[in-house]
Amino acid sequence: MARLETPEALESFRQEILSRRDPDSPCVSICAGAGCVASGADEVIAAFEKEIEAKGLSATVSTKGTGCPGFCEQGPVVVIYPEEICYLQVQAKDVPEIVAQTIKNKQVVELLCFKDPATGKRAVKESDIPFYRSQQRTVLCNNIKIDSKRIEDYLALGGYAALAKALGQMTDLEVLEEVKKSNIRGRGGAGFPAGRKWEGSRNAKEPIKYVIVNADEGDPGAFMDRALLEGNPHSILEGLILGGYAVGAHEGYFYVRQEYPLAVKNIHLAIQQAEHYGLLGENILGSGFDFKVIVHQGAGAFVCGESTALMTSLEGKAGEPRPKYVRSNVKGLWERPSVLNNVETWANIPLIIDKGADWFTSVGTDSSKGTKIFSLVGKITNTGLVEVPMGMTLREIIYDIGGGIPNNKKFKAVQTGGPSGGCIPEHLLDLQVGFDELTKAGSMMGSGGMIVMDEDTCMVDVARYFIAFLTDESCGKCVPCREGLRQMHRILTNITKGKGKQGDIELLEELAETAVEASLCALGKSAPNPFLSTLKYFREEYEAHINDKKCPALACKELINFYIDPDRCTGCGTCRKQCPADAINGDKNLIHIIDQDKCTRCGTCFEVCPPKFSSVVKLSGDPVPDPVPEEERTIRKKIKEKG
Amino acid sequence: MGDIQFEIDGQTVTAVPGMTVLEVARKHGIYIPTLCHHEKLEPFGGCRLCIVEVEDRGWTKYVVSCVFPAAGGIIVRTRSEKVDRLRKTILELLMAHAPDAPQLVELAKVYGADPNRYESDPSFCIHCGLCVRYCAEVARKNAIGFVDRGINKEISFVPEIAAQYCNDCKECFPLCPTSYLQAAYVLAQALSFSEQGVQTMNT
Ligand SMILES: Cc1cc2nc3c(=O)[nH]c(=O)nc-3n(C[C@H](O)[C@H](O)[C@H](O)COP(=O)(O)O)c2cc1C
Ligand code: SF4
Ligand code: SF4
Ligand code: SF4
Ligand code: FES
Repeated sequence: MARLETPEALESFRQEILSRRDPDSPCVSICAGAGCVASGADEVIAAFEKEIEAKGLSATVSTKGTGCPGFCEQGPVVVIYPEEICYLQVQAKDVPEIVAQTIKNKQVVELLCFKDPATGKRAVKESDIPFYRSQQRTVLCNNIKIDSKRIEDYLALGGYAALAKALGQMTDLEVLEEVKKSNIRGRGGAGFPAGRKWEGSRNAKEPIKYVIVNADEGDPGAFMDRALLEGNPHSILEGLILGGYAVGAHEGYFYVRQEYPLAVKNIHLAIQQAEHYGLLGENILGSGFDFKVIVHQGAGAFVCGESTALMTSLEGKAGEPRPKYVRSNVKGLWERPSVLNNVETWANIPLIIDKGADWFTSVGTDSSKGTKIFSLVGKITNTGLVEVPMGMTLREIIYDIGGGIPNNKKFKAVQTGGPSGGCIPEHLLDLQVGFDELTKAGSMMGSGGMIVMDEDTCMVDVARYFIAFLTDESCGKCVPCREGLRQMHRILTNITKGKGKQGDIELLEELAETAVEASLCALGKSAPNPFLSTLKYFREEYEAHINDKKCPALACKELINFYIDPDRCTGCGTCRKQCPADAINGDKNLIHIIDQDKCTRCGTCFEVCPPKFSSVVKLSGDPVPDPVPEEERTIRKKIKEKG
Repeated sequence: MGDIQFEIDGQTVTAVPGMTVLEVARKHGIYIPTLCHHEKLEPFGGCRLCIVEVEDRGWTKYVVSCVFPAAGGIIVRTRSEKVDRLRKTILELLMAHAPDAPQLVELAKVYGADPNRYESDPSFCIHCGLCVRYCAEVARKNAIGFVDRGINKEISFVPEIAAQYCNDCKECFPLCPTSYLQAAYVLAQALSFSEQGVQTMNT
């Protein structure tokens, strides 16, 4: 197939692709995302290919490795079309049965379907699984239908129709107006309206302009951008070309972190394919619009995701933020107007142009429109990527989609917004997710990380942990961030070690104010959030650590003691055998005793004492009772029973 | 040609486009403390001591004056309760590293900074970048640079270049607010680019 010279040629090419495909013939989609590959997806794909070949089905059944659909917890995920039968945790050994039963006989292999832990009922289709049922997947949904290495798959689903529409029927200004009307706010950080950012670049005097994809994704534990880059690179590329058209840029950049080699590979391939068909390069679809794309691999420092640092790094210099009060959309890369948007923001653009701004704004809250992808992790039953309409409550996300907190533990807080986000407590669980709602609660949307914490989490320790991360990631250029975070980390560490002093909270507040007000870039400005939000909602935990040397969550090692309840200990000896510090004294039929001086508080005894005894208890702030006197240590009851 | 007018500490000042608030203030004899600023060098914006309060169309914000562009109609306050508090904390943070640096001691008196407020860790360099930028921008030798990042960031001489030029130049030495540069130079010379050092490396 040669270059497509007109939007109509693209449309007829699409029809041709569709006509070659029999919608009723089976297609096996196997997630080849990072999570599923880690649990064996590659072997499953190979097994399907082999089995289909062996059974002589190659002509009628197709297989494809696709992008991540989000339910990584239950991977490898396999979906069989056209019925959309969804199998979870599929292993290579299951493949012959799936081929024989489902593909040949149209029978469902019940055992591989999702089983609702509450009701025991099986869900056959993806859309029947509670994890997916409450989601609204407009951006992520195509991942499982696309082999990201085949542009034909994207085209078959209507890919590049938005580009054809824009170039064929809309002026560049109309594209901009549509994006402005959609009110889409950036998905990568502060939630700045994309249309306004674009307009600023478009109106800037300098004629050479750039559009850039921020694919740095520095938030640890977040992988929504990765899933899109690996699973559906053409959607981002199409968004970028549309952006270039709207602002008058002829050059676009992908800034991808080095740790995402598959993403880099897939984007390169997508660019090649798009160029091949004339969807990229000179005179796109015969419209006269030229646009080229360059891929740049970032060194992978967290701060490189910050807009000025990213652009400095793109220029080939060390990725440090620059002090500027002129926005990058006016003076950015090489001092020229540059629109930087997040991966997910760009992936939304083709949908907005294709379906219209009204379609987009029909979902969401007053100030936050559309859907948002979150990476749901931590103490939650279903971890994975979820895409929900803005305005869904945290409770719905955590309980309806996430399946709640495992092991009958109590919910304590959800941390949103990445390392510099904040913790939201239980009484705000009915908060609607939206940019302004989260900010008002002392947290933020950030790029969409969501870490669920249960009752065993100490909030002072959580603050210490995130501040430690940010201290390490600070570029070190400005004093409030480099020095302020260093001191905040010191003070928080002292508090969690029981060395907190009166006045520490006030000192932390002062450092926080200085970092927020005086730091050069948003890393320092938002870094105190983990402290400020935990202080706001869990102040009593700070006070307990400082005043009573007590960790209410029983988590801070230096503030807890392990103690064996003499009334419950059966003398089984499990703990004594496994204690790495030899701190437990006991024998058969003797109540066991922990030598507090030897104990390193590793918690092994607490973990290994059989649940039916649960004799080891954690104490914090309370004195450890004296050990049972020697003469009372024999476990008489047991001896009697035996004798 | 003063086509921009605004107010600093109640005084009306004039500026031409492209000037920073700090430049305008200095031109009018209004003092704003700085540690990382130098007239001959590109603004760095690292120490944040030159922070001021700006009221712009009813909005109050805190900006560093060494890079903030002068704009018509703004109201700048170089000292307010909050500005002083922020400067005090910045000074205290720096004094944990360089408690005796004369500039810091002087400023500490003005802002009531307590040099012992934070746990001390005398490493002396306050990362103002004056030496690094002077060598790159004025001397044009790049004999010294920053290595590593965050709290591990340090200045470091590039031995091959430093051995060749530094001894005859030393122009950046007086810029260093803490005299650490000189010590670092002596140490670097002894360790890596004195003749002896070179010999040791070769054997
Ligand atoms: C320290 C820091 C790290 C950031 N990392 C990222 C990132 O990894 N990906 C991203 O899209 N935005 C990141 N941002 C936000 C960007 O600076 C910028 O606001 C965003 O890419 C703009 O795109 P958007 O408007 O589409 O969200 C980061 C910001 C800061 C301060
Ligand atoms: S706030 Fe932190 S990351 Fe940003 S410039 Fe300052 S030191 Fe660097
Ligand atoms: S494991 Fe539990 S029951 Fe067994 S000896 Fe230790 S404390 Fe007692
Ligand atoms: S050595 Fe001196 S001049 Fe150089 S960065 Fe450190 S404090 Fe500044
Ligand atoms: S002089 Fe302005 S930040 Fe240092």
